[in-house]
Amino acid sequence: MTNDTQTPLLSVRNLRIEFPTRRGVLVAIDDVSFDISKGEVLGVVGESGAGKSLTGAAIIGLLEPPGRIADGQILLQGEPIHNLPHAQMRKIRGRKIAMIFQDPLTSLNPLFTVGQQIIETILTHKDISEKQARQRAIDLLTEVGIPGPEQRVDHYPHQFSGGMRQRVVIALALCADPELIIADEPTTALDVSVQAQIIALLKKLCKEHQTAVMLVTHDMGVIAEVADRVAVMYAGRLAEIGPVKELVQNPQHPYTKGLMGSIPVLGADIKRLVQIDGSMPRLTSIPKGCAFNPRCKQVFDRCREERPNLIATGKTHAACWLYDNQDKNQDNQGNDQDSQDKREQTA
Amino acid sequence: MTASTAETLLSVEDLKCQFDVSKPFLNRVLEREPKRWLKAVDGVSFSIKKGETFALVGESGCGKSTVARLVVGLYDPTDGHIYFDGKDVHNIKSNAEIQTLRRRFQMIFQDPFASLNPRWRVDRIVAEPIKVFGLMSDEKKIKERVAELLTQVGLSPADGSKWPHEFSGGQRQRICIARALANNPEFLVCDEPTSALDVSVQAQILNLMKDLQDTLGLTYLFISHDLAVVRHMANRVGVMYLGRIVEIADSKTLFEEPKHPYTRMLLATIPDITMSGKEKVIMKGEVPNPITPPPGCTFHPRCPLANERCKREAPALIAVSGGQSVSCHAIEEGRTA
Ligand SMILES: Nc1ncnc2c1ncn2[C@@H]1O[C@H](COP(=O)(O)OP(=O)(O)OP(=O)(O)O)[C@@H](O)[C@H]1O
Ligand SMILES: Nc1ncnc2c1ncn2[C@@H]1O[C@H](COP(=O)(O)OP(=O)(O)OP(=O)(O)O)[C@@H](O)[C@H]1O
Ligand code: SF4
Ligand code: SF4
Ligand SMILES: [Mg+2]
Ligand SMILES: [Mg+2]
Repeated sequence: MTNDTQTPLLSVRNLRIEFPTRRGVLVAIDDVSFDISKGEVLGVVGESGAGKSLTGAAIIGLLEPPGRIADGQILLQGEPIHNLPHAQMRKIRGRKIAMIFQDPLTSLNPLFTVGQQIIETILTHKDISEKQARQRAIDLLTEVGIPGPEQRVDHYPHQFSGGMRQRVVIALALCADPELIIADEPTTALDVSVQAQIIALLKKLCKEHQTAVMLVTHDMGVIAEVADRVAVMYAGRLAEIGPVKELVQNPQHPYTKGLMGSIPVLGADIKRLVQIDGSMPRLTSIPKGCAFNPRCKQVFDRCREERPNLIATGKTHAACWLYDNQDKNQDNQGNDQDSQDKREQTA
Repeated sequence: MTASTAETLLSVEDLKCQFDVSKPFLNRVLEREPKRWLKAVDGVSFSIKKGETFALVGESGCGKSTVARLVVGLYDPTDGHIYFDGKDVHNIKSNAEIQTLRRRFQMIFQDPFASLNPRWRVDRIVAEPIKVFGLMSDEKKIKERVAELLTQVGLSPADGSKWPHEFSGGQRQRICIARALANNPEFLVCDEPTSALDVSVQAQILNLMKDLQDTLGLTYLFISHDLAVVRHMANRVGVMYLGRIVEIADSKTLFEEPKHPYTRMLLATIPDITMSGKEKVIMKGEVPNPITPPPGCTFHPRCPLANERCKREAPALIAVSGGQSVSCHAIEEGRTA
């Protein structure tokens, strides 16, 4: 293990995912880079089709053909894992990186008791006796808050409620002590009261186990509760990335600003929500330049020609030309007046 | 808003709906099991004033959609009454009158993908209710009306010649709304109209619904499990748990001074997007199986204030103050603030 503090746990570098189709190649993920450090929760948000799940699937090596990584690298503790043979990737899966899906039944086999499944996973990755593994399974079920774990360990998935099943899946994900968990919409299918329980549980356990999490969701509320940092995806690219507090309270990218304003919040008596007109482009018609330009109220000529990369805004990093030449205007808050100035400078 | 003086458009009284969830006859006989009933809606009453939005909120399976379907007549109630404009809708005998009434109600569903016929072009979809009710016969007039409707919901008349699959989720929901508005209804039942949409698209649809309400004077029964959306949209709110309304109040009162223990816990589950860092109370347990609901107050296994009486006796919905009613023994007995 490279326990170098300089090396992030996970590094995604210029990731590009393509789908060859009869009508040409679709680029679903286009030049996406980010890091996750040990024990950190990175929230990944974005609308349906933004590329959140694909990014997660690529990291854990479950990208389904014809989808393929066409460019870029994925490094786990500094070692490339995007080009490993299947057998080797399978070892990493479960042991180093685990996955939690939206539907708990995707991760559970209906024909085996939850105990058998947890024990099998433990035995695959750890050198302990079956008896010890069973005890560990019971301990884990206790940890995820399943009442009567000594009996429940011998029950089948269908004997659990939806919320309890998701707890079992979390136990299963944690059982080999992975470094990273990729959780794709883990609470979307659950009731609000159960969602709150599962979020609290995931947060507590990952902290205790020092497990990093890539939490994929379209729910900004969930992100605000759990994440340390947030990545906002739009049309297969990163629009903005930064610490959760900054991003939620002080978004810089025009898309993130619109997104935050479109969420109804309690306590705020507003007549109309902020509206971003139009919709995210399909992969077949991603505009030239900044992918957000047809919907952006602050668009200027350069946006239609050149694609912006992530630029430091002082608080977050945003892929937006408004923040170019940052050095000239250190305390740019990205408000409309500033943007106006920027536009004149750049245009 | 003149809502408080407005007249009531819809009221439902002690509405009940149960479903037969028994095993097939032969199994029942062999296994000596009685018939089993699921009380999806178990004595629900509320009224909605003209031009207002009344919301029903609650977790999955509490009976919200069943109420919506009862109100628009997709299900027949097991018991209870529905009054529209003062008339008991199940007591209307004349066919003509039923037709007129049906035209005044419309429903919008959660899934804009499933509720549009994929083999019809958009203009045919939107024109269908006009033709069904025979309100216009002149093709040219119908065409004009369809163009007007599409414009009203933020699409363009040219979109009429496209197929549903050519539209995004939010645009499809706009098509559903255009279709619902075709016959100038007064009352729209909206069952989770934005739950399948992304937040940015949800904002477009919620804004559109508010604009239409202002311009057309529509009345909404708005169903959602998202409390923040309900707060944004509704004038009055009913909170449902296992087929019953446990608390009903003006939106502001309900969100600022919730009384029922379930309402309070439900409000606490809303993720704190403002990141104020306040401590969270997490509700324990899950919604029980509705076929075998707990006796007494059905919330008692999850309620921090439950006592012996709660396990035996179901509380009635009692008015506590101006327009707020709560069904809870602890509130009635003054055991809580
Ligand atoms: N097999 C495939 N062939 C072609 N395009 C695909 C395929 N799988 C995914 N895509 C496209 O890749 C894009 C990203 O999909 P992805 O599932 O990552 O989105 P997401 O952000 O997870 O969305 P959601 O919130 O709906 O889950 C979408 O535009 C999708 O249509
Ligand atoms: N046709 C039916 N036959 C049998 N049971 C039904 C039927 N329709 C609804 N139910 C049951 O009645 C209860 C209430 O269902 P309903 O769909 O009204 O809930 P809901 O509040 O709309 O939930 P959700 O948020 O999941 O949409 C549930 O337990 C459901 O399983
Ligand atoms: S780069 Fe231009 S179009 Fe893109 S978000 Fe920034 S201002 Fe808007
Ligand atoms: S009646 Fe009893 S159990 Fe029910 S909500 Fe009130 S205190 Fe809780
Ligand atoms: Mg996804
Ligand atoms: Mg429903």
